[in-house]
Amino acid sequence: MKHETLATILFLVFVAGTLAITFWASRNTKTATDFYAGGRSFSGVQNGLAIGGDYMSAASFLGIAGIIALSGYDGFLYSIGFLVAWLVALLLVAELMRNSGKFTMADVLAFRMSPRPVRTAAGVSTIVVSIFYLLAQMVGAGALVGLLLGITSESGKVWTIIAVGLLMVIYVVIGGMKGTTWVQIVKAVMLMTGAALVTLLVLGKFGFNLSTLLGDAAAQSGKGDAFLNAGLKYGTEAQGIWGKIDLISLGLALVLGTAGLPHILIRFYTVPTAKDARKSVMWGIGIIGVFYLLTLVLGFGAAAVVGSEKIAAANAAGNTAAPQLAEAIGADIFGEVGGTILLAVIAAVAFATILAVVAGLTLASSSSFAHDLYAHVFKKGQVTDKEEVRVARIAAFVIGAIAIALAIPAQSLNVAFLVALAFAVAASGNLPAILYSLFWKRFNTAGAVSAIYGGLISALVLVIFSPAVSGAKTAMFPDVDFHLIELSNPGIFSIPIGFLCGYLGTIFSKEYNASKYAEIEVRSLTGVGAEQATEH
Amino acid sequence: MTVQHDSSVYEDIQSSAQFQELRRRYRSWAFPMTVAFLAWYLLYVVLSGFARGFMGTKLFGEINVALVFGVLQFVSTFLIAWAYSRHAAKKLDPLADELRGQVEEKSR
Repeated sequence: MKHETLATILFLVFVAGTLAITFWASRNTKTATDFYAGGRSFSGVQNGLAIGGDYMSAASFLGIAGIIALSGYDGFLYSIGFLVAWLVALLLVAELMRNSGKFTMADVLAFRMSPRPVRTAAGVSTIVVSIFYLLAQMVGAGALVGLLLGITSESGKVWTIIAVGLLMVIYVVIGGMKGTTWVQIVKAVMLMTGAALVTLLVLGKFGFNLSTLLGDAAAQSGKGDAFLNAGLKYGTEAQGIWGKIDLISLGLALVLGTAGLPHILIRFYTVPTAKDARKSVMWGIGIIGVFYLLTLVLGFGAAAVVGSEKIAAANAAGNTAAPQLAEAIGADIFGEVGGTILLAVIAAVAFATILAVVAGLTLASSSSFAHDLYAHVFKKGQVTDKEEVRVARIAAFVIGAIAIALAIPAQSLNVAFLVALAFAVAASGNLPAILYSLFWKRFNTAGAVSAIYGGLISALVLVIFSPAVSGAKTAMFPDVDFHLIELSNPGIFSIPIGFLCGYLGTIFSKEYNASKYAEIEVRSLTGVGAEQATEH
Repeated sequence: MTVQHDSSVYEDIQSSAQFQELRRRYRSWAFPMTVAFLAWYLLYVVLSGFARGFMGTKLFGEINVALVFGVLQFVSTFLIAWAYSRHAAKKLDPLADELRGQVEEKSR
């Protein structure tokens, strides 16, 4: 049997299994709390796994292993920002949000502000961030299929994108948060198992000696010692000072963006109490941390076993490094059949990874549309639970359709920067609004709206005129050049701009509500009046 | 179901000595620690950009400063997360539980 056939079978088994779970979950999805927050009845461990599932995207699994395999150390540097970011979520955001919010990020912001402008801003930002992230993932899915299943025709890629889009909508519409959470849990277990298995085989081959592995990787990469140090991809010496500032800018967006990502924030609502939210972030940190350490071995292992040249020949970004490594190491240890099986397993895991992440993003954006924009802005809160959930389901279809429609033409463009951009927008707009809401008594409507739009717009404008969009070979539009700044990552400017806009907006407006601040402060720290789990 | 409380209840709690103590214990731990781990992370990123000679220094075998520094970021993240959960369980949860109990008692 060819690996393509086996990978397809394994992937179909995953789809069938998760669909069955989704239908099973749908029997218990009746109220808005069930649909948006899984009835708040997941345990800390379950939600911790789901956090890992939502967070470990194909960009981190295949992307980071690929960057390490081709550019060495820089891929590791990238993954560290993704991990350290969780401390912001743990120390400042997770528990307080669980105690004071209900379904979306905007619930916390709108608590003591004029709800309509704040929910509009938060809804717009949530949908923009989610669509960017979705687009990058779906274009990645189309490309992956070509590489892993041998589907190279244009129509094959288009159908893959459509199939991924349809599946994510089905998970969300039928299973709501409950179904989606179980998809994340299954995916996280599969991904960790697959990555751990290949890592063990790689380490075994090198006698569990990391130094030998690194030495071989550096030798096979053709880059020598530079492969084990920063600077081959981000902030190269050739790019000069701007390249290095760009590296710091990327680091800032990664470390501050996570706690502002809407699909991550709504995870904190799926557990019964703030203590469980804390526990789930602890588990999330453990899983994500171990995963990136495994990725380190996978990336250097791919360079040492397969060789950077062969990886770059298969895919210029190195996205097939992990599957190629699985095939080589499997063949090396168990013979050719072993290689085929291991490749198929890793390919199927990669698909499961994409599918789970896009489902989480679709849920976050459709929840925000229905709960923030429809129920509170259009209907001013005069809407039944049932109607709100119906609108959320319709929104999931619409967002799925938009994502498919944008992803198909975007296939030929380099949109990998959209993931970093989503983090930058989340760090520049959402994070200041959340932190000020939770910790600053004087904060008000004008401040919240200014922070979100200020951060969002400054990040977008900076990126439009950056080398990520035009004027470089790797740009989204390589043939035109209207770039004005040398930074591809806007964070170093847009994050301070977001915080400053929030500050200025606040002090230039007289409005503020001390008694409501007393309420949110007491609720967020003590859990008084926090939303309860539903009983089934 | 969510219990609704009069807004004056919250202002009373907010001004109570017990709540002020809870807030002090939370903020005096979480805020400096956030500054510390962000500074520690930024130091790592800045050195990765501007001090590549130092980061490339080999310590033993092929293991250089850059790798050790990177792995230390993992170690510090795990340790801070663990320390926070201990701090929260010992110093924050008992106070928060007590305050919540008082409010629920009053609203009965």
